[in-house]
Amino acid sequence: MDSATSELPGRTPLVDSAETGLKIVIVGGFGVGKTTLVKSVSEIRPLNTEEVMTQAGVGVDDPAGLTTKTTTTVAFDFGRISLNDRMVLYLFGAPGQERFWFLWDRLFAGTLGAVVLVDTRRMSDSWYAIDRLEHHNTPFVVAVNRFDSDPASFSLDEIRQALSLPAHVPLVECDARVRSSGKHVLISLVNHLHELAMGREMTP
Amino acid sequence: MTRRPVDMGDPDRLYTVTGGRSRTDDDMFDLVTLIVSECGPSPGMQSEHIRILELCRHPTAVVEVSAELKLPITVVRILLGDLLATGRITARHPGRARSLIDLPDSALLEEVLHGLRNL
Repeated sequence: MDSATSELPGRTPLVDSAETGLKIVIVGGFGVGKTTLVKSVSEIRPLNTEEVMTQAGVGVDDPAGLTTKTTTTVAFDFGRISLNDRMVLYLFGAPGQERFWFLWDRLFAGTLGAVVLVDTRRMSDSWYAIDRLEHHNTPFVVAVNRFDSDPASFSLDEIRQALSLPAHVPLVECDARVRSSGKHVLISLVNHLHELAMGREMTP
Repeated sequence: MTRRPVDMGDPDRLYTVTGGRSRTDDDMFDLVTLIVSECGPSPGMQSEHIRILELCRHPTAVVEVSAELKLPITVVRILLGDLLATGRITARHPGRARSLIDLPDSALLEEVLHGLRNL
């Protein structure tokens, strides 16, 4: 074993009083800026890891036959925000493609909520993610990452229509590169979650 | 039939790391369960166990352990299970149960908002 590994240069540990980990997931198509958003608000350099699973015996309904064993690998980035001495929020940037959703419950059950990051040049990439989040009853907001080169510059109303997004789902604009903008997206999500929680708590 | 722990690029190595086991109780370790070492490494321990104990001298989330060891989450859960069973680590579980209908309460979310606004 390399003795240098015990030093872990550049790693910033959590404070010893940290006790509660929380999750928020940022979903979006390839190149939409998920990692950029994670990086802009994270207190650590984004890290990458993966989960691997074989589909056989995982409860996946496969009419093609039970002997087929397929492997699903999902790689994702994550960053971290220490909210206070006890609570630490982990932000996961996750791909929106189909195979990812096999692992949603295994990885992201118990997530506070999700951000769907949208590139207006490829809005169809977001349809599947929105559909799946609704299916999993995961509350979410949609954030439009405004790229400099976005020529069409659709209005938020046009985007809402194109995504068939219900009126109760918040839709915000952001520049994923800018920390204050990324922070605004997260606050929009948590505000939305808070409203939902208040609604539930008011109902006897 | 030979069962391998995970089917990926280098299965033999992962097979060795986990002693041939492929499954663990997933509910035991969430991605954001914080792991804390309760002792230092001892001679003769498996190198991955040593690395985890060094890494977790301060609270470290399961997902961070996975990234630092460059091992899939599944494998890390198995390794953590070993250390938990022998009392070498403790686990601080997320505030919420891993249930789809168990949504966070407003008090928790207010704390999160406060933390985010202070960024």
